[in-house]
Amino acid sequence: MEKLENIVQEALKLFAGIEDAAQLEQVKARYLGKGGALTELQKSLGTLPAEQRPAMGARFNAAKEQLEAALGAQREKIRSLKLEAQLTQEALDVTLPGRGLGTGGVHPVTRTLERMEELFHSLGFEVADGPEIETDYYNFTALNQPANHPARSMHDTFYLDDGKHLLRTHTSPIQIRYMETHRPPIKIIAPGRVYRVDSDATHSPMFHQIEGLWIDEHISMADLKGVITDFVRCFFERDDLKLRFRPSFFPFTEPSAEIDMSFGDGWLEIGGCGMVHPNVMMNVNIDSEKYQGFAFGLGPDRLTMLRYGVNDLRLFFENDLRFLTQFNS
Amino acid sequence: MKFSENWLRTIVNPPLASRELADVLLMSGIDVEAVEPAAPACENVVVAEVIEVQKHPDAERLTVCRVNAGGAPLTVVCGAENVAAGMRVPLARAGARLSGIEIKKTKVRGVESSGMLCSAKELGLAEDVPGLLLLPVDAPIGTDIRNYLELDDHLITIKPTPNRGDCLSINGIAREVAAITGSVLKPVATPAVHAASSDRIEIEVEEKSACPRYCGRIVRGVNARAATPRWMVQRLERSGSRSVSAIVDVTNYVMLELGQPLHAFDYARIDGGIRVRFGYNDEKLTLLNGTEIALDAKLLVIADARKPLALAGIMGGKDSAVTLDTGDILLEGAFFDPAVIAGKARELGLSSDSSYRFERGVDFAATLQAMERATQLVLEICGGTAGPVCEASATLPLRKPLRLRRARAQRLLGIELSNQQIAAVFRRLGFEFDAHGDDFIVTPPSFRFDLAIEEDLIEEVARVHGYDKIPAEQPSARSAMLPATETHVGVKTLRTLLVARDYQEIVSYSFVDREWEIDFCANEDPIALINPIAAQLNVMRSSLIGSLVNCLKLNLSRQQERVRLCEIGRCFSREQSGYRQDMMLGGLAYGGAVAEQWGAPKRNVDFYDVKSDVGALTRARDIRFEAAHHPAFHPGRAARIFVGGAQAGWIGELHPRLQQKYDLPLPPMAFELNLEIIASRKLAHYLDYSRQPVVRRDISVEVPQEVNIQTMLDSLKKRAPKIVCEVALFDVYRGKGIDSDKKSVAFRLLLQDTHKTLTDAEAEAAKQQLVHVLQEEFQAKLRK
Repeated sequence: MEKLENIVQEALKLFAGIEDAAQLEQVKARYLGKGGALTELQKSLGTLPAEQRPAMGARFNAAKEQLEAALGAQREKIRSLKLEAQLTQEALDVTLPGRGLGTGGVHPVTRTLERMEELFHSLGFEVADGPEIETDYYNFTALNQPANHPARSMHDTFYLDDGKHLLRTHTSPIQIRYMETHRPPIKIIAPGRVYRVDSDATHSPMFHQIEGLWIDEHISMADLKGVITDFVRCFFERDDLKLRFRPSFFPFTEPSAEIDMSFGDGWLEIGGCGMVHPNVMMNVNIDSEKYQGFAFGLGPDRLTMLRYGVNDLRLFFENDLRFLTQFNS
Repeated sequence: MKFSENWLRTIVNPPLASRELADVLLMSGIDVEAVEPAAPACENVVVAEVIEVQKHPDAERLTVCRVNAGGAPLTVVCGAENVAAGMRVPLARAGARLSGIEIKKTKVRGVESSGMLCSAKELGLAEDVPGLLLLPVDAPIGTDIRNYLELDDHLITIKPTPNRGDCLSINGIAREVAAITGSVLKPVATPAVHAASSDRIEIEVEEKSACPRYCGRIVRGVNARAATPRWMVQRLERSGSRSVSAIVDVTNYVMLELGQPLHAFDYARIDGGIRVRFGYNDEKLTLLNGTEIALDAKLLVIADARKPLALAGIMGGKDSAVTLDTGDILLEGAFFDPAVIAGKARELGLSSDSSYRFERGVDFAATLQAMERATQLVLEICGGTAGPVCEASATLPLRKPLRLRRARAQRLLGIELSNQQIAAVFRRLGFEFDAHGDDFIVTPPSFRFDLAIEEDLIEEVARVHGYDKIPAEQPSARSAMLPATETHVGVKTLRTLLVARDYQEIVSYSFVDREWEIDFCANEDPIALINPIAAQLNVMRSSLIGSLVNCLKLNLSRQQERVRLCEIGRCFSREQSGYRQDMMLGGLAYGGAVAEQWGAPKRNVDFYDVKSDVGALTRARDIRFEAAHHPAFHPGRAARIFVGGAQAGWIGELHPRLQQKYDLPLPPMAFELNLEIIASRKLAHYLDYSRQPVVRRDISVEVPQEVNIQTMLDSLKKRAPKIVCEVALFDVYRGKGIDSDKKSVAFRLLLQDTHKTLTDAEAEAAKQQLVHVLQEEFQAKLRK
């Protein structure tokens, strides 16, 4: 029986050294196959006395199981080695860039406009819209600026060749158009492009404005200051920003104010505002004894410049991709 | 308007530094554009007299001067050509500082110099005036030049809003400063000048409403060559007004001081009396500045019996202007209706200090005062004999009393105000008022043209009280939830979608080059601007495509190779009732289909890439493309886009002719969509769907080249039996194995019954039915 033990040990040792599945099966046949060492030895069982046979038979079975188990383990080991090799081979350079389309970006002023709309929307302002080719009536007269009013010289206006129309010089005509068709409470903002005959580093013949209008029974100048202050602080995400409301003149508001924002050591003008002029309310048949409210106009281009440190307004309309893509992150 | 701070302080002198004074103006609503020192810093520069001038022994161009600056005479080496004994000039003593540079006692070519004689340039008073600054011979020797020339002054530039014409004078500004600061106002005295002669001018005002007041005064025997006093020249200069001649200087000075524009005529040039009338159509007038203008019935003129003399309130005429030889003058002071003057100067391409003031409103109650002041100054400077002031007056503007209700003011401003506070404001502003409980009846003063309604008074109260005293409050008001229309896709969503598909948004001018309209839209009659900012920005765009192509061109010139742009903006075209101004969304793709990268084949973007972007924008819902011609596009590669049956826009490849003209190496793909049409969306509504298995059948046919896929799909869908739930194209092939006038097309059919599994036979029958449709309608040949 020593022989059995020797065969088992020899087989186990052999199995453990094999790393190829087919070879393992060949070697297995040398022990457990027809004519294999163990099979041959088992044949000699018959020559044993009958009383020894059960015990020896059990030992043979145990030896076979031991070899089968070792084979199974070795097969598993070979499989996992093979998988490992395959996986190593399949490994990617995960640092290679992804494929396909990239992404573009929104224009920086659009981003400002979107943020402004979002902030005012959170306060219940709806977005209104209006035409850019306007009539004298909506751009001036209805806004309390009759013909030859010296205030008209504040806006250098583009006129169309039909002699009747002009390019709106501000978004305020939208106030009139909206109030013509809506009754208070009115709470809108109106972003858009506006046009003035002017061009240098701080003036563009086309630029953006966002108009705000809130009319109800008790909307006061203190509310106006509150809303604007809130907006500016939320827009710049800074609670310490200081605002200054400076008396000014707009034909369509009374009282009127310029809005200055603290900037470095000084102040920067970011828009104008005031309480809607009773003549404007009269022009749209709103009772100014019952209703009152404020209007404001802010410059999104200026706000964008301040927000992102842009120093030349003209860059916004030149559309050089080296400029525009800086705002896409 | 620019003025000297020192001049202002002679009228009102609040205990405030220059900057604080400017802030007072700013916070009272008068925009301050600049506060600048009248002269740069200098110290230890004094008035000195040149006693003796000798040539420098060792230098051709230098002189050695002995100067008296008080105390022992000094020796100074000087390089100025105009130096001469007896003149008084500024001397920078040893130790003086000029613009930060120290003047030291030093040897100049061997001669010791105890300072430097200064030019106006060296003192920073002028840009480039050669030679020493000559001081009057009575300038007190040894006096600090800063005191003598009043260099410790500031020039303040203000830009009052158009409603505040009353602040366009030293007096007016002082009035405002006094109101805000509470400082005492010490206006210049303007006593009536005794009429030493009885020379009267006859005045006939034909247009009484245009000129409600006209005053004239004859002054005879003036010396027009008299020198304008130094103090006046200095104040004029510090107000940005050049000294011309004594008489003109006086009229300018009084205008700056009191705000009343005045004019002096050469009396000898006037035939008969003065007539104030509108111009005649055939009249011409040459103005002071040399321009000849054609008069008309809208231009008010000052005329004599025969001819127009001056453009009323705007500019005097050349022929009747005072000259150095003038002996007798007619001094004019008038009030013109702002509405008659407004806009006229601008229409004529003129601008004058006079029209600037008249169109904003000049104090009609102070005409005489200004006449007296000017006469007084003329007599003082030029001598002469003044006649009486002759006046023609009609109905002057009415100052209607206005009511201010305290409750209204409080409600509008959102603050508490006491009656005392309100009364104090009106008192400070010099408004006449009566208080009746909480009501104030206020009569606006004649110099204010901007007080017409209660709110104007409320603004005065807020302004003087201080806008900064109004708190910033959180409004409390009715609140209603805002609508959120699900059937309308917001522009932000569409923009985000394009950005996700690699488009960069641009914002370009709505006015474009006329040529773009012709090239890209075949629009020969675009909407033109009368006054474009530049000739190549002279028409309104009717399409975004021109702007996109030109932005592409710009970026190609800046070395970009792949450009994908989009813009959302209005496009403009004429329609019967005016103008169409639709919001459009345009896109352009140029260069690689994807950015050059390691794992994707290099391929340029094509029609179908961009078509898929358009499909995404419209959520592929009910969208159709029909081949059509568009001036911007390749005739065989352009389509009209319909969404929900409505024409929504265009897509195409740029016309090769334009590609060449605009010098583009590759053809760009572009599209343009009407935002309103593509933004509408149907509200989703659930439909039950079949749970039965789906069977697939493919049909592969050969059809003539020109048959378009959309037509085939339309027919298949129309004629498909009910069990066909989807018909889709999955392959198109041209080339080897197919006749050159044919193409191979493969469709996928998905078939499904609503409540049973389809049999092979049923599926096959449905397929055969559709094969017949293709054979019948499109001469299709079945491929095996």
